[in-house]
Amino acid sequence: MDSAYLIETIIKVVVILLIFSALAGIGTYFERKVLAFMQRRLGPMNVGPYGLLQVAADGIKLFTKEDIIPTNVVGPIFKIAPVITAATAFMAAAAIPFLPPFEIFGYEVHPIVADVNIGILYVLGVMAVGLYGPLLGGMASANKFSLLSAARTAAVFISYEVVTGLSLLAPIMMVGSLSLIDFNEYQAGGIGDWIVWSQPVAFILFWIAAFAETGRTPFHLIANDHEIIDGFGTEYSGMRWGLFFIGEYANMFFISFVIPLIFLGGYGDGSLLGALGLLGKMSFFFFFFLWTRAAWPDVRPDQLMWLCWKVLMPIAVINVVITGFVMMF
Amino acid sequence: MFEAVAFYLFAFLTIAMFFITVTTSQALYALTALAAGMIFISAFFFILGADFLGAIQIIVYTGAVMALYAFGMMFFDTTREVKEKKGNKYIIVGLSTLAAVLIVVIFAAPMVSENIVALYPVIEGVGNTQLVGVILFTKYLIPFEVAAIMLLVAMVAGIVLAGKKMDLSLTLMSAEEIEEIKKEKNKKVLS
Repeated sequence: MDSAYLIETIIKVVVILLIFSALAGIGTYFERKVLAFMQRRLGPMNVGPYGLLQVAADGIKLFTKEDIIPTNVVGPIFKIAPVITAATAFMAAAAIPFLPPFEIFGYEVHPIVADVNIGILYVLGVMAVGLYGPLLGGMASANKFSLLSAARTAAVFISYEVVTGLSLLAPIMMVGSLSLIDFNEYQAGGIGDWIVWSQPVAFILFWIAAFAETGRTPFHLIANDHEIIDGFGTEYSGMRWGLFFIGEYANMFFISFVIPLIFLGGYGDGSLLGALGLLGKMSFFFFFFLWTRAAWPDVRPDQLMWLCWKVLMPIAVINVVITGFVMMF
Repeated sequence: MFEAVAFYLFAFLTIAMFFITVTTSQALYALTALAAGMIFISAFFFILGADFLGAIQIIVYTGAVMALYAFGMMFFDTTREVKEKKGNKYIIVGLSTLAAVLIVVIFAAPMVSENIVALYPVIEGVGNTQLVGVILFTKYLIPFEVAAIMLLVAMVAGIVLAGKKMDLSLTLMSAEEIEEIKKEKNKKVLS
């Protein structure tokens, strides 16, 4: 391993960490604004022009707040739970190609930290580990609502993971590879080649599962404010609570990159237009996360399990079988 | 050099995690250490170049240990220490040492006698995902199918055991209907 490769990797890691932790903060601003406009409010307006500095104010607040470890909690687990959520979210980003390869000062840069040939499995597996954060946080707090939220986390995790895996199986069968770059190359020919046209069912299923994976609104039952206070976050304060948030928003951004990469052509042929296209698609999916939060009610835990096991999973299995038959004949 | 550093780091971490799992009397520590140890094991697969197995290790064991957490939540107050019944210490230490030595011998014996031959060596230019598939559907086809049937049997048994009155949902019923069901149950118990 030469030192140039090492330095390049370290720079990429630092850049991704910085960009996405900043984006996670700005994501909260976007969310407040979008929700406000959809509910005919103004949202944050007072801090800075148009409320733009609200993010900085929130950051200062979170960083300077006292870090309280309540009595009766299981200390070490309570402390490490938020770190798991944030760390696994960023670890998952290692196998995502954010942009097409480009040249800078005559040096070719591949904007992917590790081009492993099982990229998509790695991304989804490590993202799934992120749900250990809410689970451990909820179980370690000596609080009934936190425990309820931990139980819900386990239920959500066990339900949606099956749907994610099975819905992805059909596109993987078509492409014949698990690398996200191969997925992109498969669809490089233009809009007509996008996998979404041949696998619309898998696309919808994966999209639904993405909401469960990130714990966004139709499936926001892990930390539903109106039922169980803040769920796993009830006992947390300061930056530990903030880490849960950074993890959640980073996950939303990363899954918004993964959906277009798998189904909607990714960055296409690698031109500047393609790169902008990927960012555009990513923004749309991120916006859609916020849109559903404003427009949809939450489902109950039993409804989520009913949906995942009795509706989505059979559809996904049938989709895989049909894809197999079509590919065989 | 990186491989050596990574190997020793993860070897130490894995052993430390499983040591905590075995020795602690706090259910939450034990479960968390188990999950962490299982995930750290995947690092060895990545170091050896078996990316596919590494990712599968992460996915399978996060799910499996998550199910264990669910049981832990039901059976224990996980924020308190569990009082363990301790028998004869010498028997425990003796048996566990014996078991550990036995496992090392079982795995080390073929290596010492150099009896291990790669029957399906790695083909250059073929990804390890494809190689796993080829081996699974040629040499290990029957164990693979038997495992599938076992899982199917477990699934059917699980549905039969848990599936009584699955068409009813307590949350969708009115209070009177729930009362009626309660009465019916009591009748059965009494008669």
